[in-house]
Amino acid sequence: MRHIISILVENEAGALSRISNMFSARGYNIESLTVAPTEDASMSRMTVVTAGSDEVIEKITKQLNKLVEVVKVVDLSEAEHIERELMLIKVRAGAKEREDLKRMADIFRGRVIDVSDNTYTIELTGDGAKLDAFIQALDQSAILETVRTGASGIGRGNRILKV
Amino acid sequence: MDRVKTEQLTGAQIIVRCLQAEGVDVVFGYPGGAVLWIYDELFKQEKVRHVLVRHEQGAAHAADGYSRSSTKVGVCLVTSGPGLTNAVTGIATAYMDSIPMIVISGQVPTHAIGEDAFQECDTVGITRPCVKHNFLVRDVKDLAATMKKAFHIATTGRPGPVLVDIPKDVTTHTCEFQYPDTVSMRSYNPVKKAHAGQIKKAVQLLLEAQRPLIYSGGGVVQANAAAQLRELAKRTGFPITNTLMGLGGFPATDAQFLGMLGMHGTYEANMAMQRCDVLLAIGARFDDRVIGNPAHFAQDPRKIIHVDIDPSSISKRVKVDVPIVGNIPDVLEDFLKLLQQDKPRDFKPWWEQIAQWRAKDCLKYDRKAKIIKPQFVLEKLYEVTGGEAFVTSDVGQHQMWAAQFYKFEQPRRWINSGGLGTMGFGLPAAMGVQMANPGASVVCVTGESSIQMCLQELSTCKQYRLPIKIVNLNNKYMGMVRQWQQFFHGNRYSESYMDALPDFVKLAEGYGHSGMLIEQPADVEPALREAFKRKNELVFLDFLTDQTENVYPMIPGGKGITEMILSEDL
Repeated sequence: MRHIISILVENEAGALSRISNMFSARGYNIESLTVAPTEDASMSRMTVVTAGSDEVIEKITKQLNKLVEVVKVVDLSEAEHIERELMLIKVRAGAKEREDLKRMADIFRGRVIDVSDNTYTIELTGDGAKLDAFIQALDQSAILETVRTGASGIGRGNRILKV
Repeated sequence: MDRVKTEQLTGAQIIVRCLQAEGVDVVFGYPGGAVLWIYDELFKQEKVRHVLVRHEQGAAHAADGYSRSSTKVGVCLVTSGPGLTNAVTGIATAYMDSIPMIVISGQVPTHAIGEDAFQECDTVGITRPCVKHNFLVRDVKDLAATMKKAFHIATTGRPGPVLVDIPKDVTTHTCEFQYPDTVSMRSYNPVKKAHAGQIKKAVQLLLEAQRPLIYSGGGVVQANAAAQLRELAKRTGFPITNTLMGLGGFPATDAQFLGMLGMHGTYEANMAMQRCDVLLAIGARFDDRVIGNPAHFAQDPRKIIHVDIDPSSISKRVKVDVPIVGNIPDVLEDFLKLLQQDKPRDFKPWWEQIAQWRAKDCLKYDRKAKIIKPQFVLEKLYEVTGGEAFVTSDVGQHQMWAAQFYKFEQPRRWINSGGLGTMGFGLPAAMGVQMANPGASVVCVTGESSIQMCLQELSTCKQYRLPIKIVNLNNKYMGMVRQWQQFFHGNRYSESYMDALPDFVKLAEGYGHSGMLIEQPADVEPALREAFKRKNELVFLDFLTDQTENVYPMIPGGKGITEMILSEDL
């Protein structure tokens, strides 16, 4: 099963590789991983999307907690949470296609953020499935480049991950 | 702290002062370019002694042996690049067995890092998977606090090696020195107190057990919980087995002791492990060499209580019913408080069953053989040393026979590489043991193949007059490899025979030690007695042993714990 795990970690050189090392050394998979500092610059927050049985996820959270630089670990998928991912997608946009593409971006609440003679770059935010759906909705041969950040997640309501 | 007490010191001076503050009396190491300033400071003082090894692997194993055989922390010091990479095997060995250890490595100057400088390697990257934690100190101002953290992390929670990588320029920069009294890390707070509810649940299970078994491992030895374990065993009357790493955690001559369990464990221990109804696992981790195939292990129903300091060890290979995360001596004391009974219950049918298993006499061997049996040497070694020696071993058949035939009565006397299985560990580890226990009898049980992996340390033993007794069980084969080839590879002894062995007696003499060649069973005991009489000498005893002897019982890889091959089966 797919799980989304949030990790608060000391913002130190090597912390990221310690965590990714643990996943590869123990044979756990990483679907996506995002990391950036929090409002407290001494700490980073990482979101890892992984898949595995409940036993495997329990092992992953235990192994993460064991790492000296890891401050807190939460499996967001255990309860209500929100997930978002950002995608930038560059598509071929000649005079004929422009209108269609703009309309499609609007339907998905995306924005055109860069325009050239023959391209549009569209910014789109949502959960992974929505981004997938947008890609599917486009003419595949028109897609020039896709870049996705991987999921970030946060608990709903009073569910807060903080030190 | 008031500011008057601080002083300006160089990084190199700070390192030495930190070691002094931690009460370190010996460092095992090898100098080189990146650590010259540290060596310069070691030279100028007398509190911290330095032992010059002949290869950095030896330094790491010696520091490890020092930790295992005492309650102090072993320290090793190596230079950048090859100095560190040579030490990696030793670091990984300590990591796999959860041994506290500090490794200080030199690094190229900060401005050269990443430029493929001479003797540069990514030390922190290379060692990351085999240390509990590591640090690269880029600023001399962080040095003292980092050293304090290193000792704290290495020795608390589940112990392990911690490495501090120090660029050469950091050893020359100066700053105010003040060694912190305490460490506070928001990201590192090992569990101390176990959950009271879980303790109650566990005790309830212990009180209801009909076929109980205590299975204890290296965690009991590392946590200094042997006294509490003994008390618990006595109060409950439960049978008990130890893992390879746990030997000495419970006295081997006690009637409740079933011997070691696992791949080469006793028949009675393995059978009891499978058939018990309540299993109390303490500081052990159900690894592949202990329970064999987990699916087979799960076939018999039993309740499992698992006490460990490391939550990630619990329910890793075997699902347990009552997990208890906590400091082992405290947990055992909590058990004792709740148990209340003074007299052990009677487990007559269970003990009768165990007696039947014991009657198999699974460790029997041909005592009348005209050729020296390796088991016989170890039995005699036990007798001659009165069971009091510190015994290190290398890895292979000799290691298993030592574990089976030397009866360890006390913790920290049996020093071996259980997790990583590092050939070459025995001799340098024995150096560390002897440094930590001057005057004690220290024996290295080894084989002709293992001993050659860190043989150069015979020279270190001479320099520091370490009177280790080396018991070389010489069968001219990598015995355990040969055994597997006999059992599972149709007697095709691929590359397991070692031709052109050195004359070990002359070799020992070449290093300034004495050596003995023992070829007859009748000469085994007199030779051992003679060797131990020579209190101040290293004696290399080269026993020519039966080339075809195998270690029994044996659980073949991937098989269940009761699917043992016994000597009588062949």
